[in-house]
Amino acid sequence: MKSINTPQELEKIRKEIVGGRDPEKPCIAITSGTSARAYGSEKVIDTLRAALKKQGLTEKIDIRITGGQGFDEREPLLIVYPQDILYQQVKPKDISEIVSETLLGNRIIDRLLYKDPQTGEKIVNKDDIPFYKAQTPYIFGNNSKIDPTSIEDYFTIGGYSTLAKVLTEFSPEQVIDIIKKSDLRGRGGGGFPTGMKWESCRNAPGNKHYVICNADEGDPGAYMDRGLLEGNPHSILEGMMIGAYAIGSDEGYVYVRYEYPLASENVEKAIGQLRDCGLLGENILGTAFNFDIKVSRGGGAFICGESTALMASLEGKVGEPRAKHIHTVESGLWDQPTDLNNVETWANVPLIINKGVDWYTSIGTEGSKGTKIFSLVGKVKNTGLVEVPMGMTIKEIVYDIGGGIAGNGTLKAVQTGGPSGGAIPASLIDMPVDYDKLKEVGSMMGSGGMIVMDDKTCMVDIARYFMNFLKDESCGKCTTCREGTRRMYEVLDAITQGEGKDGDIELLEELSWIVAEGSLCALGQTAPNPVLSTIRYFRDEYEAHIKEKRCPAGVCKALITYSIDEENCTGCGACKKVCPVEAITGEKKELHTIDPDKCIRCGACIAACNFDAVKVA
Amino acid sequence: MIKFTIDGVEVEAEEGQYVLQVALDNGFDIPHLCYHEALEPYGACRLCQVEITNGNRTRLTTSCNYPALEGIDVQTSTEKVIKARKMVIELLLARSPNVSIIKELAEEYSVGTPRFKLGDDDCILCGLCERVCREIVGVEAISFLGRGSDRKVGPPLGINPQTCIGCGACAYVCPTDCIKVEENENERTIVRWERTLPMKKCKVCGRSFAPWFQLDYFGKITEGIPKDFWDKCPDCR
Repeated sequence: MKSINTPQELEKIRKEIVGGRDPEKPCIAITSGTSARAYGSEKVIDTLRAALKKQGLTEKIDIRITGGQGFDEREPLLIVYPQDILYQQVKPKDISEIVSETLLGNRIIDRLLYKDPQTGEKIVNKDDIPFYKAQTPYIFGNNSKIDPTSIEDYFTIGGYSTLAKVLTEFSPEQVIDIIKKSDLRGRGGGGFPTGMKWESCRNAPGNKHYVICNADEGDPGAYMDRGLLEGNPHSILEGMMIGAYAIGSDEGYVYVRYEYPLASENVEKAIGQLRDCGLLGENILGTAFNFDIKVSRGGGAFICGESTALMASLEGKVGEPRAKHIHTVESGLWDQPTDLNNVETWANVPLIINKGVDWYTSIGTEGSKGTKIFSLVGKVKNTGLVEVPMGMTIKEIVYDIGGGIAGNGTLKAVQTGGPSGGAIPASLIDMPVDYDKLKEVGSMMGSGGMIVMDDKTCMVDIARYFMNFLKDESCGKCTTCREGTRRMYEVLDAITQGEGKDGDIELLEELSWIVAEGSLCALGQTAPNPVLSTIRYFRDEYEAHIKEKRCPAGVCKALITYSIDEENCTGCGACKKVCPVEAITGEKKELHTIDPDKCIRCGACIAACNFDAVKVA
Repeated sequence: MIKFTIDGVEVEAEEGQYVLQVALDNGFDIPHLCYHEALEPYGACRLCQVEITNGNRTRLTTSCNYPALEGIDVQTSTEKVIKARKMVIELLLARSPNVSIIKELAEEYSVGTPRFKLGDDDCILCGLCERVCREIVGVEAISFLGRGSDRKVGPPLGINPQTCIGCGACAYVCPTDCIKVEENENERTIVRWERTLPMKKCKVCGRSFAPWFQLDYFGKITEGIPKDFWDKCPDCR
C-alpha cells in the first residue's frame, strides 16, 4: 500500500480499489471469527481452497474470510455471491458439493439452507432469516462485507473517509459538539455521556492527553467487543483517531484482554497497515494531526476492565483500582488527562459523524440513543451477537430474533449486565432495553451480555455462580469487597448444599448493603446486584432451599434425587450402561432403579434415556 | 485556608489535605487502619468511612482520601456510619480473630462473635508495609501478590526480596504486628520476608548497628556525605 498523504489521495486509492473489483465476480465469504473457528471453519476454508485449486477455479472465484456475522449458533456461515445464498453449519465434507452444485451448477443445496422452525420454510438470503430480519446492524453488519485483515476492503466500505472529513472540515470542538448532541452513552456498561467525557478530557490541563480503547470485556457470556475487534478492527481505530483529534491526543492504546488472541492479532495487523500507508504517524492526511496507537495486553483479570485498574495495568503496576475523587479525564494514564472508552462506543463514532446527529437520535429512546449490540446466549434457540435499536423490548429480542426458548422449557428470566446486573423475570420482559429502565428493575445494561434462563435454571444457583466469579476476580484491595463477596458466596453455597438457615436471606441483604456502600470500585459496588435481584423476584426459590431443603428447578445436586419412573421405563438398560458410579440396577426388560446413596446426579442417565423415564425431584 | 465542618464544628484545612488528616488533627476519633500521615492515602480498609455532604449530595465515603473542600459537612457518627463501621470490623474480625488491634476495635464498637466462619490471618492487607517500602524507603522490596482472598503481601516470586535493605520500616508501620524483626550480634532478619542481612559493627563502640547492604544503599542515594560517616553508629557520630 502506497503512502496516503492527502484526503484526495485517499479517495483516489478508494476509487482504484473499487474500480478494480467486479461486483458480479463470484465470491465465497466464510465466517472465521473465534466462534466459527471453534466449529472448524479453518478446515472448511482449507478444504475450499484446495477444491478450487483442483478445479482450476482459484482465479475465477474469490474467497473472503470474514469475522463473525452474528449467528454464532449456525457458524461457520458460507455465503455465495453474487447470488447471496447463505449456507449454515458448513463442514469440510460439504465443500465438494457446494463447488459442483452451487458454484458450477448454479443449484441451491437445500439441506445447507437455514430452515425456519415455525414455518418449515427454507430461506436462501441472509436478510430474510428471522434472526437477521428484526435487527438494525448499522455497526455489526459491516462484518459481512470485509476481510478484517484487509485495509483495502475497509476502504471499499468508505473506511477513513469520515476521518478525512473530520480532519479537514471540523474543529476539535465541533467534533465534541456532535458527539454531545448525539447523546452517545458509554457502551461498556457505565452509560456515561461520551461527549461530556471527551469535553472534560480536552479541557483538562496538561501537555499530553491519552485515549484508550477498553477491550478487556470480562463479563461471562459477553463477547460483542470480540466480534467487533476480530471482524472490523479498522472501525474502532477510525473512531479512536477521530476522538484523539477531538481531545487533543497524539497517543492511544488498545488494551485487549489476554484471552482474545485473534482480536489482538487483527488489531495489530490493522495498526501495521495504517502505519505503512501513513494514516498513523505524523501529519496524517497532510494535516497537523499526529497520532499513533499501541496494543497492550491484559493478564487475565476481570478487574482490569475497571478504568483505573486498566491504567495501572497498562503502566506495568498491579492491576487494582484507585478512588476516583480525581477523575481519569484529569489525571489518568501516567497522571495525564486520559479518555477511556469501550470498543463499541468507539465503533459508534464514525457512524454518528457520517450519518449525522438527526439520523442517530432518531434511533432509540429518550435517554438511550442509537443501537446496542447484545450477546444473546443461554437457553435461547438462536445464540449469537445481535444489534438492535435501543428501546426494542427484551421479549422481541428473545423471541423475534432469538427464536424463543431452546428445548422444551419455558422462559423464566433474562440476565443482563453480567455480574453487575440482575435477573429480569419473565413477567417483565415487555420492557425496553434502555439504560435507565433496566436500572429501575434492579438490573443494568452492562456491556451487553443477555443470558436467557428457563424453568430448569435455579436462580439461587445463578446468584451463587456470579458471586463465585466475583469473589475470584475481586482484586482484594478493599475489605468490604474482598471479605464481603467471599462471605456472600459462603452463604449462597451453603444454601445450595441444603445447609441454609433461617436468617440467611437477611444476612445476604446486610452483606449486600456493606459491599455496595463500602467498596472502592464498581466491581464491589455492583457485586450484590445478582443476589439482590434474584431475592427480589425469586424469593420463593430461596425459601424452598432454606426451609424445605428443596430446589424447585431441580438443579442443586445436594437437594435433588434421581429416580426412574415405573410407567415410562422399558428396561432397555441404556442408563445402567452409562452410569459412571454403577448406581443403577435392573434386569433386561424390567424396571431399573437408581440407588440414591451412590447417585452423583451427573445426568448421564437422563441423556441416555429415550423414554423420558428418569425423573428429577 | 479551606473551611468546612465536622460534626457541626468548624475546622480549617490547607489545600491538598484530606478530611481524615484534618479530623485527627482536630481531635475527632475516626477509626482507621490503612492510613499513615507520612504516606499517600490508600483507601483499602474502609474503616474511616464517614458521611460527607457536598452541595446537595451526601455519601458514605472514605475520609482518608477525600479532599478537604470548602463548605463540606462531615458527619462521623451517624447511624449509617456506625452500621458500616461495625460491619467492616465484623468482616475483619472474621478474617483475623486473633489480631489485637482488630479485637480492640471489636470491643470498642460492640462487635460480637462474627456470623462467619473464622479464619486466622495475621495480616489485614492494609498495605502500609508495601507503601512505606515503595514511597519512602524507595526499594519496593515487597508488593501485593495474587488477588481476592488469595491476596497477600510478599517479595516477587516468593523468594527473599533482593532489594530489601532490612530497615524494618514495614515492621514499624504494621498495625497487626505480623512482621517480626529478629536480631543477634551479627545479623538482622525480617522474618516475614525471610530476609537475613549481615550487620556492620561500629568502628568506635563495636556495636552492630545496621546491615551492610542498607548502608551501601544510603551511601548511593545521598550526596556529599563523607565515607567514614557510615562507619560509626548514630550514637558515636
